[in-house]
Amino acid sequence: MKRLQIWDHVILLSGVFFMVAPVVLAFITSTHDAVTIYRSGLQFGFGDQGLQAYEDVLFRAGGFTKEVNGLVMLKNSLILGLGFAIGKIVISMLAAYAIVYFRFPMATFCFWIIFSTLLLPLEVRILPSYEIVQQLGMVNTYQGLIVPLIASATGTFFFRQFFMSVPDELTEAARIDGAGPWKFFIDILVPLSKTMMAAIFIIMFVYGWNQYLWPTLITTDESFFTLVRGIKQILQVWVGAQIPDYDQIMAMAILAMLPPVIVVVIFQSWFVKGLVESDK
Amino acid sequence: MSTITLDTVRKVYAGDVEAVKGVSIDIADGEFIVLVGPSGCGKSTLLRMIAGLEDITTGEISIGDRVVNKVDPADRDIAMVFQNYALYPHMSVYNNLAYGLKNRNMDKAEIDRRVKEAARILEIGDYLDRKPRALSGGQRQRVAMGRAIVREPAAFLFDEPLSNLDAKLRVQMRVEIKRLQKGLGTTSVYVTHDQLEAMTLADRLVVLNGGNIEQIGAPIDVYDKPASTFVASFIGSPAMNLLKVKGDENGLSLVSGKGLSGANAFGKSAYTLGIRPEHMSVVEAPKGDGNSGVDLEIKVNVLEPVGAESYIYGEFAESGEEIVVRVESHSTYEPGQTLFLRAEPKDVHFFDAETGARIES
Amino acid sequence: MKKVQFQSRLIPYLLLLPQLGIVGVFFLWPAAEAVRSSFYLEDPFGFGSTFVGFDNFIDTVTSTDYGRVARFTGVFTFFVTALSLGIALLLAVKADKVLRGASSYKTLLMWVYAVAPPVAGLIGILLFDQHVGPIVDLVAMFGWEMQVGVSYSDTAIAMVVAAVWKQVPVNFIFFLSGLQGISKSVQEAASIDCRSGFRRFWTVTFPLLAPTGFFLLIINITYAFFDTFGIIDVILKTEPGNNPVTLVYKVYLDGFRGNDLGGSSAQSVILMALVFILTIIQFRLIERRVHYT
Ligand SMILES: Nc1ncnc2c1ncn2[C@@H]1O[C@H](COP(=O)(O)OP(=O)(O)O)[C@@H](O)[C@H]1O
Ligand SMILES: [Mg+2]
Repeated sequence: MKRLQIWDHVILLSGVFFMVAPVVLAFITSTHDAVTIYRSGLQFGFGDQGLQAYEDVLFRAGGFTKEVNGLVMLKNSLILGLGFAIGKIVISMLAAYAIVYFRFPMATFCFWIIFSTLLLPLEVRILPSYEIVQQLGMVNTYQGLIVPLIASATGTFFFRQFFMSVPDELTEAARIDGAGPWKFFIDILVPLSKTMMAAIFIIMFVYGWNQYLWPTLITTDESFFTLVRGIKQILQVWVGAQIPDYDQIMAMAILAMLPPVIVVVIFQSWFVKGLVESDK
Repeated sequence: MSTITLDTVRKVYAGDVEAVKGVSIDIADGEFIVLVGPSGCGKSTLLRMIAGLEDITTGEISIGDRVVNKVDPADRDIAMVFQNYALYPHMSVYNNLAYGLKNRNMDKAEIDRRVKEAARILEIGDYLDRKPRALSGGQRQRVAMGRAIVREPAAFLFDEPLSNLDAKLRVQMRVEIKRLQKGLGTTSVYVTHDQLEAMTLADRLVVLNGGNIEQIGAPIDVYDKPASTFVASFIGSPAMNLLKVKGDENGLSLVSGKGLSGANAFGKSAYTLGIRPEHMSVVEAPKGDGNSGVDLEIKVNVLEPVGAESYIYGEFAESGEEIVVRVESHSTYEPGQTLFLRAEPKDVHFFDAETGARIES
Repeated sequence: MKKVQFQSRLIPYLLLLPQLGIVGVFFLWPAAEAVRSSFYLEDPFGFGSTFVGFDNFIDTVTSTDYGRVARFTGVFTFFVTALSLGIALLLAVKADKVLRGASSYKTLLMWVYAVAPPVAGLIGILLFDQHVGPIVDLVAMFGWEMQVGVSYSDTAIAMVVAAVWKQVPVNFIFFLSGLQGISKSVQEAASIDCRSGFRRFWTVTFPLLAPTGFFLLIINITYAFFDTFGIIDVILKTEPGNNPVTLVYKVYLDGFRGNDLGGSSAQSVILMALVFILTIIQFRLIERRVHYT
């Protein structure tokens, strides 16, 4: 029995190594200067540069882009992550409320329209989506960045499931207590959904923050670049460079992953609940 | 406080389910009415129509002298207690009680007075700041009652409010609900599938079956003179024994043996005979005259002692018809043993074998 | 839907308006546009377009390039799905079993969920880099000269590794919660009925996990098809050259780089049909999952 447990730990530790080592290695290496890295590969001990690379990426305009610094990208990433998460929660809660709690002629039709969006990810309709956003003059705007991503009904689906599980008696009690549709939504349903909203918020924040293809197309003006979008820029510099700025590339990778990782680790139990229960 | 009148109320759900088939009841001011019947018989539907949570297909419901068919639940001046309590999980006990009053824009001081008063009556004053999650089942039940009381409504509506409690607590709360209702004198309609609860609580019982009223009456009247085989087998525990009886020009005879005679006064060929388990006694030998009362001969299958009394589960050798008999505590009977039973005429009920309706003799 | 519903002429439409508006403009319209342009041939100089029926589809599926990409997508999907499901299942079973450090393991094995695919790709190319990558040095000791970005198969391997790394956490989370959802009494009953832990796993635990597994299978296939775009783009350093790409990447390449609007749209429509089927299966499974639990 005891020996078996040891093997369990060996397997788990190998798994942890597989997941953690690449990032740790990237972080350690980012404390060396580019030339050292170029000469002798990724590093296994801390270097003498400290967090210099991070300072460069964050504050020196032109680290890669010559125009904006990492701080601006960080701000844009936050806007995308928060804007997407909040927008999605608000819009999908309203829609789910209508679908679950109201009897109206077009209910089934609206339901199917909204849920048809689950059938087609953005990637397969990317070109026409881009053209439409362009026609609407929303290229290089935050709206253009955020709103089209909200079109998918994942959030609506999730809140629908949750609302269906709220006992009918609660609605009846509220009706007897004199609460109409708005009062019920604000006084009862929204407070009841708090945990669910938090869980969805985390998932959506991470999803928004991590967007790559859409920002790549929609933002060509560097002042709208997000950190993840910035990676595309690094690559283009990289291909032409004599000695790529390995230290800054790694610093950039670490910076781009840090906020969502922190959120997921801190709010782990909410996030896991949201992920598993929303089934998506 | 007020009367409630139901006039041929029907409910047809989408998909042509006729859950309530034309029910009329006059409920007096301050009366405690219990709707009882098996699951699916339409009790909740009827109650929810009174509450305004369900549309009335046809018929009319009045509370006081106001027809409420089109009145919103919040404006019917009723309060409802739900089976799962339906407390707002995110609000404190205080706010659970106060929510409905706030929505009526009631004065803060008055709300506070009413909440404190209800809390005092129900002895939940110490939990007012807690969330429902932090309460036991019995405490939640009290809060649900409190939410009804603070409204000082014309009527209380209860939908199986005790079903989620354990047996001991259920008895305790049952007594308390009765005491409370008598104290407040509020007209009440109470739904349950538990006949014991119905018997003990009701001023008048309404026995429902398949969307129809089988019988309305005081509990003891319903017990003494069940209007049909359905009521006979539903009210009383263990249920009344129902035995087949043949009738012809020579008179009546039990399908399971002899022991019954008398003229076939109603001229039918088949009857159902009803005897409650508690209305038979074990005798040394059949009286044999058969003129008054019923003599039965059965075979004992199982003896079930429950402490204060025991039950014999037996059957008739001829037909296999089964029968339950209450006997004294500490009785000893062996399985397979043959017993003679005797029931007095006043304890024997006759029903029409086809319609199940009671036949008064 | 619900037994208790509100009735109002206006409110439900008001509530639905934002969502329906966005869906209409940014989903239905582009999707219809994709279908429409898949039947047209766009003039390369932008002077209108001509209706060509199914030509774009026929050209697409008969081109050798498309066949190659489709084959690669299949192989890629197979390896990503099989490896990430297998590794995650193994880790989840072990994490469910150990008593010490269970929650630390859980956190350490799932945080990569939050890493963006292109960031995973970026870490990937650093590890597989010609000059600095330790993995290249490692395999060189066995005489394998890995050339990611030059050799077709080496690039493919880097893509698979990065994609698996990124996907293991999701599968791990689902498997672990599936395992923890198996009731204690069932496990106790099984341990009375069956002595061998290994047999117990295959005859009791595994069948009970099967619904989760099927569900994840679909999720993983969808992931390998669509969400790996960032990984692939970064590993190719946005210059595909002769390297392997997936079907979705090709849609992007032909549409944005190659300006072959009709061909790209036809490919989109084919993918749409595929996702459509996958999603229907997924919905069926969600329903089934409910019954199982
Ligand atoms: N919303 C509904 N739609 C259709 N049929 C219903 C609905 N609610 C109840 N019923 C049906 O009406 C009948 C009576 O239900 P109910 O009043 O809940 O019974 P009870 O409370 O006596 O158990 C049942 O057959 C039930 O299936
Ligand atoms: Mg009921």
